[in-house]
Amino acid sequence: MSARGGGDEVPIAADADVVRVRQLVRARAQAAGLGLVDLTKVVTAASELARNTLVHGGGGTARVEAVAGTTAGGRPRSGVRAVFVDAGPGIPDVRAALQDGWSSGTGLGLGLSGARRLVDEFDLTSGVGSGTRVVVVKWGR
Amino acid sequence: MDRVPVLRLGGLLLVSIQVDLEDSTALALQEDLSQAVVATGARGVLIDISGLEIVDSFVGRMLSTIAAVSRVLDAETVVVGMRPAVAITLVELGLDLAGVRTALDVERGMRVLGSTTAPRADGLPLAR
Ligand SMILES: Nc1ncnc2c1ncn2[C@@H]1O[C@H](COP(=O)(O)OP(=O)(O)OP(=O)(O)O)[C@@H](O)[C@H]1O
Ligand SMILES: [Mg+2]
Repeated sequence: MSARGGGDEVPIAADADVVRVRQLVRARAQAAGLGLVDLTKVVTAASELARNTLVHGGGGTARVEAVAGTTAGGRPRSGVRAVFVDAGPGIPDVRAALQDGWSSGTGLGLGLSGARRLVDEFDLTSGVGSGTRVVVVKWGR
Repeated sequence: MDRVPVLRLGGLLLVSIQVDLEDSTALALQEDLSQAVVATGARGVLIDISGLEIVDSFVGRMLSTIAAVSRVLDAETVVVGMRPAVAITLVELGLDLAGVRTALDVERGMRVLGSTTAPRADGLPLAR
């Protein structure tokens, strides 16, 4: 899998930035040829993760880029990757946080677990005091 | 911040969400609607989300809260126009929109509300 450059990096510091991240992911997903359902899924996942970056991570950045790779069968495919980074408090128990219904606040606790189901690749790195990084990839079919 | 207009149509309140909602806009709509229910005595609230390209956990929770608050204020809520891709995503996300009635389009939504929201017999003794 390789990034194809020309990605966008935007700050996530306010409500309006969450909207902007959704729009960026939508545009990249469209350019990568994702179908409507896959596009809707990855935009929804990005919305959850951007909000987590803002609300739980105290703000951060999102990087949205096109990626190219090959299927298991060797066919070329393109997709969209979104990387969310913050330098917030981190997640003490990542396994718990990834469970449906687990929230440290008043949320539904569906953001992380739901976002993971909606994408093809999901990688979460977090450490107490060292912030949180979530990478998601959604491929076109 | 944009504000989503709340329209009055007979005994109903009508909301059509046409913008990509910021969280603060969603919260404002929640408040505006509950105030409008009380101010107008509306018995039904119809929310058209055909313009929404996604419904994430925040907007999903807003819809559930609107339905719950309206019910406490004696009004029924119906959400109409959900796009198929949004419905698929919502289910996979794990949202069940608890307590929210849905209908495919505005017309059907009106019918649902029409059948459950007879006009209030304001001031008149109820014939039993
Ligand atoms: N970027 C982050 N920084 C610190 N903690 C986080 C971050 N993202 C998630 N968490 C923690 O993981 C928990 C689960 O996140 P998740 O998005 O699933 O639920 P939520 O945000 O609490 O509620 P919801 O997203 O359903 O409204 C959060 O309550 C929070 O404690
Ligand atoms: Mg969340």
